[in-house]
Amino acid sequence: MNSTTKFFRKRKGTIFAIVFWLLIWQIVSICLKSDILLVSPIKVVKCLGELIVTFDFWRAVGFSFIRIIAGFLLALILGIIFATISYDIKPIREFIELPLSVIKVTPVASFIILVLIWIPSKNLSVFISFLMAFPVFYTNIFKGLSTVDDKMKAMADVFRLPISGQIRYIYIPGVIPFFKAACSLALSFSWKAGIAAEIIGLPRGSMGERLYEAKIYLNTDRMFAWTVTIIAISVVFEKIVGFAINKAMDRLEGR
Amino acid sequence: MAISVKNLSKSYGENKVLNDFSKVFEDNSFTCIMGKSGVGKTTLLNVILGVTKQDAGEICGRENARFSAVFQENRLCENLTALLNVKMVTDISGRYSRSDIINMFKRIGIDGEDKKPVSDFSGGMKRRVAILRALMADFDILVMDEPLKGLDEETKGSVVELIRELTEGKIVIMTTHDPAEPKLFDAEIIQI
Repeated sequence: MNSTTKFFRKRKGTIFAIVFWLLIWQIVSICLKSDILLVSPIKVVKCLGELIVTFDFWRAVGFSFIRIIAGFLLALILGIIFATISYDIKPIREFIELPLSVIKVTPVASFIILVLIWIPSKNLSVFISFLMAFPVFYTNIFKGLSTVDDKMKAMADVFRLPISGQIRYIYIPGVIPFFKAACSLALSFSWKAGIAAEIIGLPRGSMGERLYEAKIYLNTDRMFAWTVTIIAISVVFEKIVGFAINKAMDRLEGR
Repeated sequence: MAISVKNLSKSYGENKVLNDFSKVFEDNSFTCIMGKSGVGKTTLLNVILGVTKQDAGEICGRENARFSAVFQENRLCENLTALLNVKMVTDISGRYSRSDIINMFKRIGIDGEDKKPVSDFSGGMKRRVAILRALMADFDILVMDEPLKGLDEETKGSVVELIRELTEGKIVIMTTHDPAEPKLFDAEIIQI
């Protein structure tokens, strides 16, 4: 069996579901007979095909991607640092957890409007995607650290394992499942909130601005095409991050 | 180097598991601690290791000693390969090379180059990895909590041989329920 056949066999359930929902979408759009209300998937693909060959498309993708991923990465780094400090020092934990609870319950739109007063709209998505991803990383990594078995820590003490060895062999393997889940969730939050911030802040040359323009001019096909692009980038990046983590873990675990 | 345990007592709530226990473990000695379940064998080992704190009594000679241990529940890093589980302790001293470790694994019937994590191993295989990790660490005192439990007769033979070889000149303290085991190591028996 070649790899292409294997690929389709493994994913036949997913492929069937995608085809099924695309068909429903096509049928409903035919029934509605209005491209403004619901454009057909075929027209969306056509519009995406037209967009994808333009420089403007890639510039907008690059603009938003860099900023949203910068916010995501910043949240990842600070999430690790703060979760580690909180795990070690209880007063710091209490100090951090209060603002985190506030961030978690505050509507993202409130933050976007507030932050727009402080920083230029150009970098708004960096801050907003950071703000949405940071609590996810902090909470998950802290949880991961808390699940590390005390007996394993005692084992490390008996064998006089240096701190670098403890991190590599005991803490990282314990935290990794939580870190992976955090990456997936935080990426999705970052993209959703980052694009929402761009739609409200309208920084020039962003994907959010393109999406907003499509809405203003009732270009539903464009709106869908940009949405599909955002979903695709988010999914592809999530897969790349997952793959990179698995590869790093294989090396770390001696496989 | 000798380790001296004086008037050691330990209770868990109302349950007194160690009562005024004293013993000197001399250099180059192999001691088997025997006794019924719940009399405090594991607690005694944990107190000697410094993992559990005693209620009363003192332990002398522990200060600069390097310990190694086979714990009751293996305490292996389950995601890691067998090789890496051993390498993480041998890397500290740098005494053994990768091929040394693989050869040792061969002697106890484990493929040291197996890429499988130890979580995929059987109970007996995990036990052997835990024993090898303890034996290849740099130590003066080796503490083993029922190390041979769950091993079949054939593997037990090769493991015993390896333990005898790698603990020469050291202090070894182990617990067991099996009256035949002390003879395998020409060990002194202590009943608690």
